[in-house]
Amino acid sequence: MSQTAQSPSTSDDTDERVKDLGWRRALIRPELGGIVGTIAVFLFFGLTAYDSGMFNAQGILNWSTVSAQFMIIAVGACLLMIAGEFDLSVGSMIGFAGMLIAIFSVTLGWPVWMAILVTFVLAVLIGALNGFIVIRTGLPSFIVTLAFLFILRGFTIYLPQTIERKTIIGGIREAAEGDWLGAVFGGKILKGMFQWMGEAGLITTFERGTRAGQPVVDGIPMLIVWAIVLVIFGHVLLTKTRFGNWIFAAGGDAEAARNSGVPVNRVKIYMFMFTAFCATVFAACQVMEFGSAGADRGLLKEFEAIIAVVIGGALLTGGYGSVLGAALGALIFGVVQQGLFFAGVESSLFRVFLGIILLGAVILNTYIRRMITGER
Amino acid sequence: MNTRTTHAPIIEMKNIEKHFGSVIALAGVSVEVYPGECHCLLGDNGAGKSTFIKTMSGVHKPTHGEIVFEGKPMHFDDPRDAIAAGIATVHQHLAMIPLMSVSRNFFMGNEPVKKRFGISFFDHEYADSVTMEEMRKMGINLRGPDQAVGTLSGGERQTVAIARAVHFGAKVLILDEPTSALGVRQTANVLATIDKVRKQGIAVVFITHNVRHALAVGDRFTVLNRGKTLGAAQRGQITPEELQDMMAGGQELVALEGSLGGTV
Repeated sequence: MSQTAQSPSTSDDTDERVKDLGWRRALIRPELGGIVGTIAVFLFFGLTAYDSGMFNAQGILNWSTVSAQFMIIAVGACLLMIAGEFDLSVGSMIGFAGMLIAIFSVTLGWPVWMAILVTFVLAVLIGALNGFIVIRTGLPSFIVTLAFLFILRGFTIYLPQTIERKTIIGGIREAAEGDWLGAVFGGKILKGMFQWMGEAGLITTFERGTRAGQPVVDGIPMLIVWAIVLVIFGHVLLTKTRFGNWIFAAGGDAEAARNSGVPVNRVKIYMFMFTAFCATVFAACQVMEFGSAGADRGLLKEFEAIIAVVIGGALLTGGYGSVLGAALGALIFGVVQQGLFFAGVESSLFRVFLGIILLGAVILNTYIRRMITGER
Repeated sequence: MNTRTTHAPIIEMKNIEKHFGSVIALAGVSVEVYPGECHCLLGDNGAGKSTFIKTMSGVHKPTHGEIVFEGKPMHFDDPRDAIAAGIATVHQHLAMIPLMSVSRNFFMGNEPVKKRFGISFFDHEYADSVTMEEMRKMGINLRGPDQAVGTLSGGERQTVAIARAVHFGAKVLILDEPTSALGVRQTANVLATIDKVRKQGIAVVFITHNVRHALAVGDRFTVLNRGKTLGAAQRGQITPEELQDMMAGGQELVALEGSLGGTV
């Protein structure tokens, strides 16, 4: 009886609500905190560091590269956090994977492509082991991956000391010369375009020295390409596929998800593996860029990744978050870190800024999330 | 409507026993559930209701006894088998994920996909339109399919879960205390939903503590106590007082047996 009475008014009613939702939907998104933070950060540095070279080609490349580094590990940490788990071993994994590539390619003399591929396989297997232990024991992933933080870091120091009697292994750039997979991580793209832009006067060129006539920025590093590819992959996976729905479900309520037939254990283990994969991408790019692997690489990266993800609107306890938000969190992180340098601010104040941004973003995100999900 | 009692039961649980180590959770419980009927399973805490429905839905394997589903003996290896066969369970608290949208919840574990460039993508358009349609049928007006479940009331969440089970072809719908945490109005909504579902020819197994909720929609009643069937009755053959006494431990069981006409 109420249905017949409702039908005309319902359409009016929903029309009204859809309109109302139009601007709300545009505004109230999980990424809102990240968007607001990004705008605020660019406004701040636009005003304070405009003439410092932060926004010329070299400056942009500088903070883009740093942001891209954060993005690569933030994508993995974001998906894992939404699936309801943490990985504190990301930083150690970066050091460990970089060291493996160096040992395989320099000490053992393997071709670089083989060293990289074998390292990826080993790293992803360690990620799977992390996940397997968490699933099997039911222990918090916080503890399990904390153990791996120490285990992997320990090996990263022990292996080069035992094999080479030093904690840094160099000579990778020479080994990677002409290697196709090395270029995938250490190369640059669009060199022709930047050369043309330099000749056309769009970006400055070197005026003297061995590189005279070349543009100051001679291409986009593969690190940035990897960051963009991983962000797009993570975003599409999370929001546009059935597996993405399983990631949300596994982190939102694992028991309810299992009751609905979601393979929660598989989802979580895959996400641990993906996090390890992202850490290894970071390691490979870094090793190719520096030409060396050091035992202290990747220190504290796990926390930086988690901070970027949380600034981006993800819920620490899982089930809610956004890859795009995490990417914006990484961008904020990178811009602030490098921007303070450009603005000539004492570098120790970086931590103060970071703390304020973290707190502000999380408070804003909490309000947004409550609006969306009706949490109390 | 008495003809439906002559139907074959869709699921028969024959002398189900379930032991956990030395604990005997179920000591021979038999229940028959008919299509288009609401079978109420009553009992106090620890009576074995949860173990029994978990056995029915494939979570536990019975230690002894037989499950006959649509006339054939059934062995479920895990809940997925049971779901595939058409036995759906709606749990009291574990039905929905509050942080996720209604549409994502509705299709959780059964996501529709469409192919683009050879890759399977979640078909959000289809999912959203089906969700809105099914919610409208159940009398819930959503702001939109992306409204989070957390913004719905407890009764609406149960209704979403029931609508989901029905949409995915449940033949037997097990409701685990759907009304125990709800207010009066929300309870009435859920009971009305049960009635709608029953009229679609689906067998409903309704677990509850509350005799009045059971009598409001139940066609048959089975009372469990300490892992055994304490009594069974059909609609109209039992008064609320008798049912209440039976649940409380069966002090008046002897008197009840007479009034039930030897069906116990």
